[in-house]
Amino acid sequence: MTVLKKQVRIALRNCGVIDPEQIEDAIACDAYFALGKCLTTYSPDEVISEIKTSGLRGRGGGGFPTGLKWEITKNVESDQKYVVCNADEGDPGAFMDRSILEGDPHSVLEAMAICGYCIGANTGLIYIRAEYPLAIQRLKIAIKQAEEYGLLGDDILGSGFDFKIEMRYGAGAFVCGEETALIHSMEGLRGEPTVKPPFPSVSGYLGKPTNVNNVETFANIPVIINKGAKWFSRIGTEKSKGTKVFALAGKINNVGLIEVPMGTTLREVVYEIGGGIVNGKKFKSVQTGGPSGGCLTKDFLDTPIDYDNLVAAGSMMGSGGMIVMDEDDCMVSIAKFYLEFTLEESCGKCNPCRIGNKRLHEILTKITEGNGTVEDIERLKELSDVIKDTSLCGLGQSSPNPVLSTIANFEDEYMAHVKEGKCPAGQCKSLLRYDIVEDLCTGCTLCFRNCPVGAITGERRLPHFIDQSLCIKCGVCFEKCKFDAITLT
Amino acid sequence: MTKIKSFDELRKIKAKIIKTSGEANSPNSLIKIKVGMATCGIASGAGEIMQVLVEECERQAIDVTIKQTGCLGYCYAEPMVEVQIPGAEPVVFGYVDKNRALEIIGKFILQRKPIEGVIPVSFKTINELN
Ligand SMILES: Cc1cc2nc3c(=O)[nH]c(=O)nc-3n(C[C@H](O)[C@H](O)[C@H](O)COP(=O)(O)O)c2cc1C
Ligand code: SF4
Ligand code: SF4
Ligand code: SF4
Ligand code: FES
Repeated sequence: MTVLKKQVRIALRNCGVIDPEQIEDAIACDAYFALGKCLTTYSPDEVISEIKTSGLRGRGGGGFPTGLKWEITKNVESDQKYVVCNADEGDPGAFMDRSILEGDPHSVLEAMAICGYCIGANTGLIYIRAEYPLAIQRLKIAIKQAEEYGLLGDDILGSGFDFKIEMRYGAGAFVCGEETALIHSMEGLRGEPTVKPPFPSVSGYLGKPTNVNNVETFANIPVIINKGAKWFSRIGTEKSKGTKVFALAGKINNVGLIEVPMGTTLREVVYEIGGGIVNGKKFKSVQTGGPSGGCLTKDFLDTPIDYDNLVAAGSMMGSGGMIVMDEDDCMVSIAKFYLEFTLEESCGKCNPCRIGNKRLHEILTKITEGNGTVEDIERLKELSDVIKDTSLCGLGQSSPNPVLSTIANFEDEYMAHVKEGKCPAGQCKSLLRYDIVEDLCTGCTLCFRNCPVGAITGERRLPHFIDQSLCIKCGVCFEKCKFDAITLT
Repeated sequence: MTKIKSFDELRKIKAKIIKTSGEANSPNSLIKIKVGMATCGIASGAGEIMQVLVEECERQAIDVTIKQTGCLGYCYAEPMVEVQIPGAEPVVFGYVDKNRALEIIGKFILQRKPIEGVIPVSFKTINELN
């Protein structure tokens, strides 16, 4: 079988290749060569310039140009600076960063040291959630082995540059992935965001200039140095260079971790790499960007995936969660699911996010229970706009996106709920209706005997009836009837 | 372990590692087996598969290197085992249970016969791009 190789593994280059607990394996695959090259042949400014030329943008969600961030942090005068690796990875279903750390921890350690060399920092901190025990264990082993080899620590490779890396553990709150909240959490304060500016690059950990980058962002750095910025920038689209790792999940045959060049289309991801929809069902939507993102329709299947196209399509790149939905998924329920996550994870510091999202959730619940109105949809839109405009941090500012994008792209489905009292996907139980067709019913009593709530009445050999006020829509009667006398609408 | 004191020394160490570990894919290097042992692999039983492979190779006195590795990306097909016969392209097997693990050794490695469960490799490495 020949398979077109649509994937390119840069950030994942050593995952599945090396034994992550053996530094020698990593060295055989050029680990710490980029660091060596930087320390011996490039000035910090030259390295920064190379990263800028490569076009690398942050993979943690925002897409901020990495080289520029390094330059800003470098240019702030301070006796002490920090490099922070954001390994909080809180999106539901996402495991890109975990896989990189579990499969190739040295790529991240090496890149953090390179960043330290560029910005003038001697300490790196990895903020990782305690729920990632294997990643933590492998990172610790990797740090120890790198120290033993003198690839971290004092006077690295005889260059006079010192760099040490320490671990910091998070309790797994989604909001702690936001960089200011992350820094507060590391300082032992409450993991709540604060207003930017000041940006961490100016005043971060302990008030010192701090460069925060995502795991995957770091994992790209050594390749850019080893292969060159030109090589890297040939991959991808005009404004989004390189590749992106996605955790492909949902109703897709090949659930897994993929890395594709920016500009790959959703169609290629879903049908060629993902192997199509489970059970040959119809594709309905792809969700990207997690609780901050949106749902794209089949009209976007041929849109090249990059930062800007996803935003234009009403979603965002996010950190790389990609959930595929089929005809059986109800988009109103999906929006509700993401809001439940947001409600759970909102830190509660500001009202629009804490209370506004609660109201959004209530309205969505009302719609899925069949009590919504057309005005409710307008209310959802208005309230969403207010939450976006007035929340303090990115969590609140982006939390209505799943609602807005599903309304924009699947308005019919919302309308079917509020106007006809129907859920086209058949997911909203309250909106289902089971009926017995008089002419087809033989009066066998089977449904009557199986209904768990006694909602069915009727005499033997005469047509039966369902009392809609008692029916809990369990579907048992529908399954049991041997004469197809029960309809589901 | 002595610390590496220069970039040159790092280069030499790399060359030495490649030579001694037989990492290079030459016809007279050892057969190499890798088991995907990321969180999801371990959760689907890769640890047990690793043990079966180690024990079976010992029992049959087959000279191989067996090592753990990270996520290969085909998470739907865990547990996963990659086998590299010297001089040939590596082959990835998915859905490896105890029986398939034994088959990998008995049939694929010893008799060089094809077996079921091959996962086609769907990505390019950085060295395949110029
Ligand atoms: C609510 C929220 C959660 C976030 N979670 C993460 C996360 O889990 N990992 C991450 O790298 N960035 C996360 N970010 C983005 C970070 O604030 C920050 O922009 C990023 O770590 C910068 O790294 P990058 O430029 O390499 O992407 C989150 C942002 C927000 C608003
Ligand atoms: S927007 Fe939400 S998560 Fe962010 S600070 Fe306000 S309440 Fe907290
Ligand atoms: S769907 Fe369930 S509760 Fe409703 S009538 Fe049928 S068996 Fe009874
Ligand atoms: S199981 Fe079907 S045929 Fe029998 S009583 Fe119920 S509806 Fe009528
Ligand atoms: S994590 Fe197991 S193959 Fe991806």
